[in-house]
Amino acid sequence: MFVARSIAADHKDLIHDVSYDFHGRRMATCSSDQSIKVWDKGGNGEWSCTASWKTHSGSVWRVTWAHPEFGQVLASCSFDRTAIVWEEIVGESNDKQRGQSHWIKRTTLVDSRTSVTDVKFAPKHMGLMLTTCSADGVVRIYEAPDVMNLSQWSLQHEISSKLSCSCISWNPSSSRAHAPMIAVGSDDSNVTYGGKVQIYEYNEVTRKYAKAETLMTVTDAVHDIAFAPNLGRSFHVLAIATKDVRIFKLVPLRKDGSSSAPTKFEVQVLAQFDSHNSQVWRVSWNITSTLLASSGDDGCVRLWKANYMDNWKCTGILKGDGSPVSGQPGALSGVLGSATAQIVSLRNKNVQNHTRSNRSKN
Amino acid sequence: TTEKNKYVSILLAIELIWNLCEVLFIDAAPAGSLLLHLLDWVRLHKSDVDARAREVLQSDSPAHHQSYWDVVISLVLQGRVDEARQVLSKQASLRAESSSVFKRMDVLLHTMPIFNPTGTQTLTEFDVKWRHWHEECDRCLQDNTFASNRHLETICKILVGDEDTILEQKELLSTWYHFLVTRLLFTHPTIKPPDLHYYAQVHTTSPILLSLRYCYTELKLVKNKYYLLFYFNSDKFIYLFIYFFLRVFFHLLAVDYFDHCPEFGRVYLELQIERVPLDTERKAIKVLRICEDRQMSEQVRSICKIMAKRALRNNRLGSALSWSIRAKDAAFATLISERFLQDYCNKGSFTDLDLLDNLGPAMLLSDRLTFLGKYREFHRLYGENRFSEAAKLLLSLMTAKIAPRSLWMTLLTDALPLLEQKEVIFSVDQTYELMSCLEELNSGTKDSSQTDQDEDIESTKTELLRLALARNLAMAIVKEGTIET
Repeated sequence: MFVARSIAADHKDLIHDVSYDFHGRRMATCSSDQSIKVWDKGGNGEWSCTASWKTHSGSVWRVTWAHPEFGQVLASCSFDRTAIVWEEIVGESNDKQRGQSHWIKRTTLVDSRTSVTDVKFAPKHMGLMLTTCSADGVVRIYEAPDVMNLSQWSLQHEISSKLSCSCISWNPSSSRAHAPMIAVGSDDSNVTYGGKVQIYEYNEVTRKYAKAETLMTVTDAVHDIAFAPNLGRSFHVLAIATKDVRIFKLVPLRKDGSSSAPTKFEVQVLAQFDSHNSQVWRVSWNITSTLLASSGDDGCVRLWKANYMDNWKCTGILKGDGSPVSGQPGALSGVLGSATAQIVSLRNKNVQNHTRSNRSKN
Repeated sequence: TTEKNKYVSILLAIELIWNLCEVLFIDAAPAGSLLLHLLDWVRLHKSDVDARAREVLQSDSPAHHQSYWDVVISLVLQGRVDEARQVLSKQASLRAESSSVFKRMDVLLHTMPIFNPTGTQTLTEFDVKWRHWHEECDRCLQDNTFASNRHLETICKILVGDEDTILEQKELLSTWYHFLVTRLLFTHPTIKPPDLHYYAQVHTTSPILLSLRYCYTELKLVKNKYYLLFYFNSDKFIYLFIYFFLRVFFHLLAVDYFDHCPEFGRVYLELQIERVPLDTERKAIKVLRICEDRQMSEQVRSICKIMAKRALRNNRLGSALSWSIRAKDAAFATLISERFLQDYCNKGSFTDLDLLDNLGPAMLLSDRLTFLGKYREFHRLYGENRFSEAAKLLLSLMTAKIAPRSLWMTLLTDALPLLEQKEVIFSVDQTYELMSCLEELNSGTKDSSQTDQDEDIESTKTELLRLALARNLAMAIVKEGTIET
């Protein structure tokens, strides 16, 4: 049971990314019109634009929220080779009455020589850290040593993956058993280097990031990548948006004490779906990693769910305009307790917002 | 299956009340008639009362029928007071000596005002009349009028709308919405649709929420209750059930559910609970309580930090400080304490005195916070004219190195009024200590960011202090050197 609501975003060009904040009450969109818009969900469930401003001098590819512990903070990255950190400041009372807020630029990261294709904050237990990846294959990890001062960031690591990067994802696990881990996807057309997904892991001994794994079976361009929430499990689950939807399971193999070598993994394919029958552009997990959403060039959003035996199946299909697809599989299911799952699909210059009311079957 | 039927009926009831609420909010029913509609609705669904009443009345000795009192009470619960009187009259004719209490009850039931929306009486007039009657019933209870007959006592308690007594009639009410209507009948007979809406939104003791709680306590008694949800095919029921409960009782139902999931329950709850939007402080506290009860310390810390950060953004220093203390975040507490002190330097007074005066052991979270608390204490002592205690505290702030160096001049300036009192407050030793603090301050390297004007002000202050300290020293020496006669 889905309710689709169309929001006239009023971006003057293609929207490339949509991002919810931690609590699902705010949304940011970024576009080739070089601006970012911030949307707030009102008490009546309606989305209203509370800020809109020019951010870069090129298309803005991605926008992402920091954890609310760090305040109201956004990061964006662009074709103009920069990534920028923004902070919302509490405005004048008349602005508040008009429902407008102001975002100011805190820092511009100019280290990249090419288009910056993704920007993500690291899990909060690692502090205030920001990661970018660029078209020239460099992944950069920055840290703000003083979380109260967002204008000071230092470049902590530079990782040269040999391929043009398109997306990154941090493993959200805060378990002491897992070293910080980041997955990098590539849309490079180079066929020499087979695997288009690389996993880097931080090593306590060398104090550097080293490549732990390359997913050799992913040979086509990767558009999006997402680690599932960890749930205290020993293994990791990674979803990939490429010419199809893929879900991998990474099982860490035993490591001898504290070595300077990265963890070895056993890689299993949990699922592979070509139902979109076209390029898959985004993948996104729900909070409890029980549901995966994917969107593709077929103009549909598909939902995937596993049963207790790890058999993944499509559990729902949404068209970009919110209309149902005939021949939909049966009842949708979800996890009790998550009040609403919101799925946003991009449609040219408008934003389609699907609100799902959750069922109890679990 | 009887349990299953019971829960089917609860869900049906939820749908009914939901629809009813929807209708009520839109439908402009004439004032005062809402309750009558509700009563009709209840009577329609509780037709077994008529059958039982008939059975009792047609028996040889109605007053001794085992269902006699159940029937009377059921009729009262439905607001059918005339019929209740009719059944009661069978009792009264039997025992002459107790007939006076029965007569009393008969009068109460007979005089119960029932609003007639088509009549000439206004709602206000009705309300006044109803209140009088309600007080009369209450008086009977206070006077122990019905002490000799527990059934009559029960009926009287129902007439005053006593929640516990009405709840005790669970068996006769059998459905929670009946409970709701009965309670409304005897507490707010003039309820209007917007009131109902208001109650549902705001009052935690509202009839609707009470009824839901009643409903929930019923559910709680059954094991594996959640599996029952699988039996229901209709999406709408589940939707309503979950929606209503999650909205109103998230912290009761969903959390409970997670508590019972053996493998992933806790981690699911941890992940979900931190995503609950913290719209208000009240909501945050509710969520915190859930986390604290389960020793989810990381979630507690995170929620408090988010609230502290938000408060600071909105310049609510007191709130920010409370939250950072609760988060046990020393760094943030230090930052906020600095802001407090900055504010004090700019405005000359402290905000959030209540908080600062009652920090207690929380003061020890950070050095700066300790200083803030003690500094405020100094001001308080001074305000209460407890000068020697204030003086001692002020000095200790500097000598024990609790005060940051940057604030020493401010502290010394605070000492001036104490030095200029007629009475000697600082002792000789204390004065020497103050003098050495002043000299230590001045011996430090010059602050290059100071303007010429600032330098002038600084040196003037220093001169004033030196003079005041010297004068105080003189007086103190004399005082301490004088033998008391």
